[in-house]
Amino acid sequence: MNGAAMTHMQHTSGTLPAKAAAGDVQSSGPVAGRVDLQFVAGMVTAGSRVLDIGCGDGALLDLLIRERGVDGRGIELSQLGVNNCVAKGLSVIQGDADEDLDNYPDDAFDFVILSQTLQATRHPKAVLENMLRIGRYAIVSFPNFGHWRLRLQLMFRGRMPMTGILSNPWYETENIHFCTIRDFVVLVDMLGAKIERAVALDEYGKPLRLNAPWWLWNFFGEQGVFLLRK
Amino acid sequence: MARRIWKDPVLSIPDLKSAPAGGVRDEIDPTYGRLAHFPAEKPLQMDSGSVLAPFTIAYQTYGMLNAEKSNAVLICHALTGDQHVANTHPITGKPGWWTNMVGPGRLIDTDRYYVICSNVIGGCMGSTGPSSINPQTGKPYGLSLPVITIGDMVRAQAMLVDHLGIDQLFCVAGGSMGGMQVLQWAAAYGDRVFSAMPIATGPRHSSQNIAFHEVGRQAIMADRDWRGGRYVEEGVKPQKGLAVARMAAHITYMSDAALHNKFGRRLQDRAEKDYSFDAEFQIESYLRHQGSTFVERFDANSYLYVTRAMDYFDLAADYGGALGNAFAGTACRFCVVSFTSDWLFPTAESRSVVHALNAGNASVSFVEIDTDKGHDAFLLDIPELFSITGGFLEAAARARGLG
Repeated sequence: MNGAAMTHMQHTSGTLPAKAAAGDVQSSGPVAGRVDLQFVAGMVTAGSRVLDIGCGDGALLDLLIRERGVDGRGIELSQLGVNNCVAKGLSVIQGDADEDLDNYPDDAFDFVILSQTLQATRHPKAVLENMLRIGRYAIVSFPNFGHWRLRLQLMFRGRMPMTGILSNPWYETENIHFCTIRDFVVLVDMLGAKIERAVALDEYGKPLRLNAPWWLWNFFGEQGVFLLRK
Repeated sequence: MARRIWKDPVLSIPDLKSAPAGGVRDEIDPTYGRLAHFPAEKPLQMDSGSVLAPFTIAYQTYGMLNAEKSNAVLICHALTGDQHVANTHPITGKPGWWTNMVGPGRLIDTDRYYVICSNVIGGCMGSTGPSSINPQTGKPYGLSLPVITIGDMVRAQAMLVDHLGIDQLFCVAGGSMGGMQVLQWAAAYGDRVFSAMPIATGPRHSSQNIAFHEVGRQAIMADRDWRGGRYVEEGVKPQKGLAVARMAAHITYMSDAALHNKFGRRLQDRAEKDYSFDAEFQIESYLRHQGSTFVERFDANSYLYVTRAMDYFDLAADYGGALGNAFAGTACRFCVVSFTSDWLFPTAESRSVVHALNAGNASVSFVEIDTDKGHDAFLLDIPELFSITGGFLEAAARARGLG
C-alpha cells in the first residue's frame, strides 16, 4: 500500500463522519439469516427509492418495502431468485451488476445496494462508479479479505483461505475480486466518493468498536458495510 | 395453481341498445361473438395515411366490469389467434387459445376481471380484413385494403375500449404479435394501461423474422388459386400456398430440442423407409396436418396483412430511434418474459425492452424462463410462467385496489 493511501486512511479515521453512530445503524430483525443485511437495511431511509443489485430471493427488498415503505426494485442473476421475487410481487429483473446498470439514468434512485456481490463482479470499479451515478447513495457490503483468520490461513497453511462466509474452494468460488476493507476505502477515495457511514462486523456479526482504528477493523472485521455518497 | 376441469367462462351479456345516429352499432354473432360496427363518422386513421371507414371489430368479453371500471384486462392475440381466448372455438371446436392463462380460477381470472379480447384489424374472424366487403365496391377488399400496422390494430382496440366506456385498462397482456400490441399500447396510450405483460416478443421484427414471413407470403402468392388476391370473388382458395406458409412458420414456433423430443427421426405409420416422397417422417406428417387444419380456419390474404403488420413493427424508429423515448415517464408497471429456446424472439429482444424501461426508470420485472419448448412456450403449461405472471398480477391488483 502506498503512502498516499495510508495518509488517506488516517485522515478518514481521524475526521470520522465515516463510522456508524451506534443509534443510526441498528438491526431490522433477521433478514434470511444474513447479518450484514440488517445493517444495510438500517442505512436506508423510509420512503426512498431503492435498487437492490443481487437481491436474491428478495428478502431485503420485501423487508424495506413492508417496514420502510420504500419504492424498491431489484436485479438478480438467477432465474429461481427472480421467480421468487416476482411471485412475491417485487419489481425485479434478471440481470447482473456488470451488464445492466449502464441503462439506468443518473440519480434514478436514492439508495443503490450491493450486498456481498462486489467481489463477484468482473469490473468492481465500474460497478461502483455506476452505483454512485444512478443513486444518491450507494450501500456496499463485502467480505473483508484482510480478516485475521484469512491472513493466518494463508500464512500458515499456504492455501487459499476458506471460512464460514467464504466457504467455497478457489476453483468453485464465484468471488473473483476480493479486497480488504482498506483496499475498498482506497477505491472509494479514487472515485472521489465520500464515506457517510461504515461498520465492520466481526465473525459473530457484532459491530466492532466505533472508535477502533482502521487497522483493527481491517484485522478483526469479517465483513464491511459502507454507505457512500458521491 | 389450482387446476379445475375446464368449463367455458360465462360470456358477458352485452347491452344491445340501438345505436344513436353516427354511433357504434353492436351486434351478436354465433361465430364471431360480439361485433362493434364503427360508422363512417368514426373512421380508423391508419399509419399508412389511409382511412378505414366504416369498419368492424369482432371481440369477446368475459366476466363483469366493476362499478369503478378498473378491472378490465385486454388480451392481445398472436399472428393466427383470434378473439376466442377462453371459450370453445366455434369453428374448430377446440378450447380457447389461452385457457392456460385466462378463465375462471385462472391467473387472469374471469370471475375477477373483465376480460376483453378482440380480433385484430386485418384478421379473418369478424373484424374488418381483406375478406370483408368493401362498401364502396360491394366486393371483398382483397389487396385493396390498406396495409395494416401494429399501431393501427392498437388504435382500433383503443376505439373499442372507448366504446366499452373504459378509461384505463388494468392490464394489457399478450405473447408474440400480441406482445407487440402490448408494447404499442404502453407506448401510445401509456396513461390508459395500469400494467402490461409483453411475453415472448420484441420491440421490432428482426430481419430473420421478416425473411420467414416473406417465405410464407410468397408461398401463398405462388399458389395459382391466389388469383392476385381475388380468390374470394373467383370462388377458390389458395389452400396449398397457405398450408406451406403455416408449415414453415410452425417450425419457427418450436425449437430444435422440442421437435427432436417430440418426433426424433421416427417414421410415420411404417416400420421401414419407403424411399418415397410421402410423409415418411413423423415431423413431416405433423407439419402437413398443421398446414391442412390451418387453412380451414384462416384466410390467406389475412395472413399476408397480419404478417406484414409484424414486419413493419419497429417501436424505436417510431420514437426518434431510441426505444427509451417510447416509454419515457410511463407510470405503467411491466412484466416482461422471454424463453431460452425462443429463436423467433430471443431474450435479447426482451432485454432491449427492459433496458429501455430501466432508462425511463419504469417499474419492470423481467425473467428469461428456461424451457426447450421454443416460442410457443407462452401458450403452454409452463409453471414458471404462471408463478411470475401470477405474482406480478397480484401485486398490480393490490396497487390498483382490486385486492
